Amino acid sequence: MTINEIQDEIIEEFELFDDWEGKYEYIIDLGKKLPKLADEHKNQDNIIKGCQSIVWLHAYKKDDKLHFEADSEAIIVKGLVSMLVKVMTNHTPEEILKSDLYFIDKVGLASHLAQTRSNGLASMVKQMRAYAVAYQAKDN
Amino acid sequence: MSVLDINKIRQDFPILDEKVNGRDLVYFDNAATTQKPFVVLEALANYYGHYNANIHRGIHFLAEKATSAFEDSRTTIQKFLNAAQKEEIIFTYGTTDGINLVAQTYGRKFLKEGDEIIISTLEHHSNIVPWQMLCEEKGCVLRVIPIDDKGDLILEEYEKMLSEKTKFVSVVHVSNALGTINDVKFIIDKAHEVGAKVLIDGAQASSHITIDVQTLDADFYAFSAHKLFGPTGMGVLYGKLDILNAMPPYRGGGEMIKEVTFEKTTYNELPYKFEAGTPNIADVVAVKFAIDYINELGKENIAAYEDELLKYATDQLSEISGLRIIGQAKEKVSVVSFVLDGIHPQDVGVILDQQGIAIRTGHHCTQPLMNRLGLPGTSRASFAVYNTKPEIDKLVAGIHKVKKMVL
Ligand SMILES: Cc1ncc(COP(=O)(O)O)c(C=O)c1O
Repeated sequence: MTINEIQDEIIEEFELFDDWEGKYEYIIDLGKKLPKLADEHKNQDNIIKGCQSIVWLHAYKKDDKLHFEADSEAIIVKGLVSMLVKVMTNHTPEEILKSDLYFIDKVGLASHLAQTRSNGLASMVKQMRAYAVAYQAKDN
Repeated sequence: MSVLDINKIRQDFPILDEKVNGRDLVYFDNAATTQKPFVVLEALANYYGHYNANIHRGIHFLAEKATSAFEDSRTTIQKFLNAAQKEEIIFTYGTTDGINLVAQTYGRKFLKEGDEIIISTLEHHSNIVPWQMLCEEKGCVLRVIPIDDKGDLILEEYEKMLSEKTKFVSVVHVSNALGTINDVKFIIDKAHEVGAKVLIDGAQASSHITIDVQTLDADFYAFSAHKLFGPTGMGVLYGKLDILNAMPPYRGGGEMIKEVTFEKTTYNELPYKFEAGTPNIADVVAVKFAIDYINELGKENIAAYEDELLKYATDQLSEISGLRIIGQAKEKVSVVSFVLDGIHPQDVGVILDQQGIAIRTGHHCTQPLMNRLGLPGTSRASFAVYNTKPEIDKLVAGIHKVKKMVL
């Protein structure tokens, strides 16, 4: 699936909820389901700066595609991060750099992107793009 | 029962009518900043609408009116702190600015290599970093008074730390993270016995506790207007006259000079020596209205009511299983910090926010304190005189919802 197809799927899933509780329970559930990041990747270098809770992001490349794994101490952030990982994983650096992440706004979570200092979703997106740039540079 | 009419007080604060995420706002982040009553908003509008002018230099009507309102505020604050003279009241941008002023003037002039500066584990970053910067520059040594597990300072350890090497003590009056009220009178007296000067960070104390700088015998006392129903960007540094006179000026510019030639400048007298440039006139003018407002309600009445809220909240929150209150000092202001088993403070904050309840989560700018407590942070509800018990009930229900959703 393309980045946009995955985004559209998430937007569709969120249309099921008509109140904040359902939405947040779903995000919390995503957080709980996100596989734990291996301890070796929970290192200082993988910590995303600018978050109130610690967020780790690990990236690697397989067959020209970037893959992300992430974790957080806080469950809502973990749920949000899980969506980002789902959207961004298994795409080429070019696709990632070209992407327009409209789903966050569409599912009514834009405030989480704006509150950069408290949950660092924006820092996370930035870091994912930075990895894409880095891997692109490595290849050229 | 409080002698105050809380419903009437609530009507003085327009923001309390706001809806957040479709709910009535419950504002429990008063330790971060308090809301502003109409009288303060009106004072700001009135100043800009009717007598905005630069002060101290104009001879026209507006300039005189603005100057006199500006200096009225100084007198009001002098009384608020029971300072001996109005020249001892320096206007700053806030507590942080006041502490930096002292570190950069008194500290740089009078402290030298090997001198010791004592702070405490409870300090806000703004009462840590300025002293670290000074220590780095001057080769002074920073020492830290430890706390016990309840969040009280261990004063016996403080006494042991004091020696002829101690030259400065800078301690918080009330902890923003835990609410602990420190025995600053004792701290000041002991420091004076070894000849050290003392600054008290009164950011959290000024709205809850009656402050008498002369009885305390504090050398410096700093606070911020925005934490006592006044505007942001305005603060006060009190300093004893003889000490302020001995200190070199901090920033250079207009207003702080007596005479300027290219060869030499002579400095203005106190308090203007420390108030370079056009000051924050509107906010200084408005703070008088905030203090008058507090005085009208009566600080004792405010404190008694807030104490009632603190007791109620402590009792109600203690009933919640898995909730642990952090900070159980002997004397506290109306601040309750807590952690929930298995739930990160940030999740508590986000879910309460969805319910219209504003609390603070995180390290509260006291990272060394959080490290000492072994916590990544806490959730903190802090109350002001316009808060109510039914609001605390909403917080309790909100926390139950957090548990239901996350666990
Ligand atoms: C204990 C304490 N000291 C200092 C400060 C800094 O105050 P300001 O940011 O107004 O300078 C605060 C503010 O949170 C505080 O709580």
